Amino acid sequence: MFDDLADLYQQLILDHNKRPRNFRVLPDANCTAQGANPICGDNYTIYAKMDGDVVKEISFQGSGCAISKASASILTESLKGKTRAEVKNLFDKVHAMVTTGNLDGDVGKLAALAGVHKFPVRMKCAILPWNAAMAALDGKGETVSTETEKE
Amino acid sequence: MQTTKTVDWKTLRADFPILDQKVHGQPLLYLDNAATSQKPRAVIDALSRYYERDNANVHRGIHELSNRATAAFEAARVRAAKFLNARSADEIIFTRGTTEGINLVAAAWGTKFIKRGDKILLTEMEHHSNIVPWQLLAERTGAQLAFLPIDGDRGLLDPGRLDEFLTSDVKVLAMTHISNSLGTINPIAEYCERARRRGIVTLIDAAQSAGHRPIDVQQIGCDFLALSAHKMCGPTGFGVLYGRGERLEETPPYQGGGDMILTVDFHQSTWKHAPHRFEAGTPDISGAIALHAAMDYLDRIGRDRIAQHDLELGAYAFEKLAALQRIRLFGPTVGRAGLVSFLLDGVHAHDVVTVADQRGVALRGGHHCNQPLMKKLGVESTARASFYFYNTTEEIDRFVEVVREIQKFFDK
Repeated sequence: MFDDLADLYQQLILDHNKRPRNFRVLPDANCTAQGANPICGDNYTIYAKMDGDVVKEISFQGSGCAISKASASILTESLKGKTRAEVKNLFDKVHAMVTTGNLDGDVGKLAALAGVHKFPVRMKCAILPWNAAMAALDGKGETVSTETEKE
Repeated sequence: MQTTKTVDWKTLRADFPILDQKVHGQPLLYLDNAATSQKPRAVIDALSRYYERDNANVHRGIHELSNRATAAFEAARVRAAKFLNARSADEIIFTRGTTEGINLVAAAWGTKFIKRGDKILLTEMEHHSNIVPWQLLAERTGAQLAFLPIDGDRGLLDPGRLDEFLTSDVKVLAMTHISNSLGTINPIAEYCERARRRGIVTLIDAAQSAGHRPIDVQQIGCDFLALSAHKMCGPTGFGVLYGRGERLEETPPYQGGGDMILTVDFHQSTWKHAPHRFEAGTPDISGAIALHAAMDYLDRIGRDRIAQHDLELGAYAFEKLAALQRIRLFGPTVGRAGLVSFLLDGVHAHDVVTVADQRGVALRGGHHCNQPLMKKLGVESTARASFYFYNTTEEIDRFVEVVREIQKFFDK
């Protein structure tokens, strides 16, 4: 009866939630962006140090649910050493996996997020750190939100 | 409707068809009643009976169905007046819910009577629906907002400090009867009386209280009181705004349209008296009829007994949760309404709600439309279990067991 839950909260997710990796400010970051979900209060900052087109260092800070925190933590482990194009490619795969459950190719540890697709209201949690990371790498330096504000 | 016989709360569950189902393979345990209550068969039947037999537009037809619809719609107004002990059915305005009721007061009454430099006094525990309409009014008029503080996690106002906030520039005091996050039951009659002595107009947000305890607007002494049908066994999208007769007479129209006018010329119109002046367009006729059935249903049980049961469920849940380790509870330790907000150490409220849902337990997690309050408490969100009379102590035991499981689950 707990199958879906075990899929959502895989041991790797629970572990990264409790002991997030690269959970710190990167003082010499040259690309940062914030990701916020005003509905639930999740808020993360992604710090990246780019060496040309390559992610040399990447870290994060912030707070939120187990899914968003673990997603951010695994993201930092996965993006280090990748080029912008490789990151974009990985993002597309993760996005498809989280929203449909279908995995096209190898995404390493990120596969632990596949169970999220059975919980539509939690997809935003998994994707939020990714949107922040993409904004950081694009050098936008802005806050990306799960909700669009209209003035 | 006072009787001495006791209620068998468990047998009342049979009146609510929705409660008899499984969710994720588990019996549904519905603990999100502060968001919306479930509906008894009597209310569902009243809705379908109206559409099957009497549906027509009100206040304009001469034919039989229109007469029936109009009679039923106005009978609901008389019933609502009795339910709230208003002096007259003319003090009952039908709205889309508490939110629209407060917006009506802020927009129509407020725009006429609130001026630059005036103060609008609220409390720190207000729902967004009793903050944002006043912010809009303050923006338009140049008035200021002020907030009665709460004393931290216990969530109590300090009546001893009320006088320092009731300054001569305060024109309105708008406050909630029962906090949807904290479960605090405010002594509104005392607050209204002290405000009224200074000529301050008062509004009570009764969204969380109207279906849970007797409401007597004359005893409370408020000028306005807003409620939502859907939190008291009635339909969604419908509500009541009570307005003291003299307040409504001085209030200009809220929205313009059909049904609220006496005469219309190309360049000017004249308005009906209250309450019709505030009900432009075809109203939710079925909503009024279903609310009538809901009020009858609640009074058949007895709102005094529902209130007692509500207090018992709130106290029981609070005591059981307080016995757990690594939990932070919000709201008063005694005399709380039937809801409990909590946070588990190291577990986000949304994770609590997701896991509980898989066990068939419907909770709410988030800021509960109380962002300023969450900020004051220093949290982003809480998980909340909120009860209604069809909930039982056995259900609360099962809920607390699930909370224990959640703690273990995230401890792995």
